[in-house]
Amino acid sequence: MKILIKSVISSFIGLSVLQASYAQTPEQKGLEIAQQVERRDSGWQDATVTIKMILRNKQGDESTRDIQQKILEVDEDGDKSLTVFNQPRDIKGTAFLSFSHIVNPDDQWLYMPALKRVKRISSSNKSGPFMGSQYAYEDLASFEVGKFSYKYLRDEMLGATDSFVVENTPLYEYTGYTRQVVWIDKERYIPLQIKYYDRKNDLLKTSHFIDYQQYLGQYWRANTQLMENHQSGKTTELLLTDYQFKTGLTPRNFDKNSLKRMR
Amino acid sequence: MKILTCAYLCALLMLSNLVYAQQTSSLAISSAGFSGFFNLDSSEGNDGIFSNWELSGKISFEELGFFHDRLDPRQHNNYVSFAIEPELYREWDNGKQSFTFVPFYRYSQHDSQRTHFDIRELTWLLAEQDWELRTGIRKVFWGVTEGIHLVDIINQTDLVENNDGEDKLGQPMINLALIRDWGTVDLFLLLGFRDRTFPGIEGRLRSFPEVSVSDATYASNGAAKHLAYVLRWSHTLGDWDIGLSHFYGMSREPTFNLRLSPTGTPQLIPHYALINQTGLDVQLTYESWIFKHEAIVRSGQEKTFYASASGIEYTFYDLFSSGLDLGIVVEYMYDSRGANHLSAPLQDDFLTALRFAFNDVQNTEILAGILFDRRNNTQFFNIEASRRLGDSFKIETEIRFFNSSVKTDPVYSLRHEDHIRIDLSYYF
Repeated sequence: MKILIKSVISSFIGLSVLQASYAQTPEQKGLEIAQQVERRDSGWQDATVTIKMILRNKQGDESTRDIQQKILEVDEDGDKSLTVFNQPRDIKGTAFLSFSHIVNPDDQWLYMPALKRVKRISSSNKSGPFMGSQYAYEDLASFEVGKFSYKYLRDEMLGATDSFVVENTPLYEYTGYTRQVVWIDKERYIPLQIKYYDRKNDLLKTSHFIDYQQYLGQYWRANTQLMENHQSGKTTELLLTDYQFKTGLTPRNFDKNSLKRMR
Repeated sequence: MKILTCAYLCALLMLSNLVYAQQTSSLAISSAGFSGFFNLDSSEGNDGIFSNWELSGKISFEELGFFHDRLDPRQHNNYVSFAIEPELYREWDNGKQSFTFVPFYRYSQHDSQRTHFDIRELTWLLAEQDWELRTGIRKVFWGVTEGIHLVDIINQTDLVENNDGEDKLGQPMINLALIRDWGTVDLFLLLGFRDRTFPGIEGRLRSFPEVSVSDATYASNGAAKHLAYVLRWSHTLGDWDIGLSHFYGMSREPTFNLRLSPTGTPQLIPHYALINQTGLDVQLTYESWIFKHEAIVRSGQEKTFYASASGIEYTFYDLFSSGLDLGIVVEYMYDSRGANHLSAPLQDDFLTALRFAFNDVQNTEILAGILFDRRNNTQFFNIEASRRLGDSFKIETEIRFFNSSVKTDPVYSLRHEDHIRIDLSYYF
């Protein structure tokens, strides 16, 4: 009798678990994938990277920006970042400090070296172009699960990589997008491609993450990112080099004093 | 005119006619400060003192043209000019220490006062976890408003550069910043008073009668003239950025005494008073709104007075998904010294301005504004535009119009000074 009850209970539990995974909604599955992406990319503490940004128009004219970036991982909130420009020369030393938050507006300051002026700037500027590039400010913000709602769409092979296709809908204000469709590598849980749909829900841009490299045996970073604007024919390529993690940066490296002397 | 050797510059500069040396003759920073820092540097071994220097900077060519004929036959209607401002920079000790040297030289056709040399920066910086020490010649900016910079008091205005007063002369100082959870406290010891520069007799954008810079008088001489003490607390609290400062020393802004020169022509003689000035600057940044306020109380210069500037800025970002940001600025400026005070042209005035940032590859920007007096019909129109050309050039244009029919208004002497300035710079 006891044995019977036990087996009935265990089979009942087994059934309900099966039921749950079967009845998982596309929203739940999308959220689980996003949580997995975030969990696998946490714990790197801080990072520094050198970025070359190459802007190209339809005619093939090029313009280059050299950027240094420092990022501090912040638990339970968005990351802190300090970005400084070295090229073009007329904006050399111009630096940008951002404390990003999950849904609340970010805190942002801009340092203008010619005037030695630190200016708090509005963070409502999400959809505008970053330095004349095809990247909007919101495209460059740190990924946090709470910024979007999710919907799993399908599994799909992207080239030779088996991936999840998930639709992300921004929950923060002032976004330029109705939705983003993200291809995520099933094995490594990293984005491979993002399609951005504008306010009219037309396809605006596609971002490609190329040539991933693993750091500290865990964290994957793309050495090249390419953003194509389908409406204007312009592209922006990011070449990311000299990635370093756990360099010992502290919040002190991300204050208004360090903004003024960052190179 | 005495030309003095300036020992503490470590003979880095062999320039005669040093405006700088004439004005800071009584400075006494020992050369040990800098030689000590060089020794520290060479102890790094593999990273010798001659490596890792970064040279950058700009060379610019300027054309300044006036739409109306000169008021004084000694003046001209057209001035060409060039300027060079290189920057030599090196950091070491993992970025905790750095050295910056920025000399500046401008040659201006006709105007001998505008042809000048200055050291904008010559600084050694040491940054530790909870303090930073910055020693040498530097420029410091404080403030949040656009129409007037009331709180900004550390550096003397280099008025010959531009009549907007945003160009500054390098100020020698020792600055210790204490970084705490409750804000940053900056302690300044300013060493060496600098006289404000004014256009020469042949220059435009000058007052009538002209200012005689070399006859300036000071409320005190010696140490009291050359030492100033400044304290500032600044902090960010959520959406608020706040700064509170106090300055004791020689006023950067002179008052003027009228007198007749030996040849019988009237002249304005700058007088610099010993002042106490307390300043407050506050900015609230909320969504696309910026609310800003600056206020000062100054005593020691004539009667104690109060001045303030308050404003709102609203920006439409990425207008119609075009990438264009359109900002609207409205500010009000008040000065209790009242109308007709030569040092307070913005005593009951409004600023309205539109700021266009195209966010394009060439970083095109346009600022168009009007400053106008609330009571009389004095107006000042200003259009500034800039755009990068290729990768290394930038063109900047300023068009300014002055409108005043009130003879007692300080702007009246600028009624013939409507001008265009075109500046082409090469950055390296």
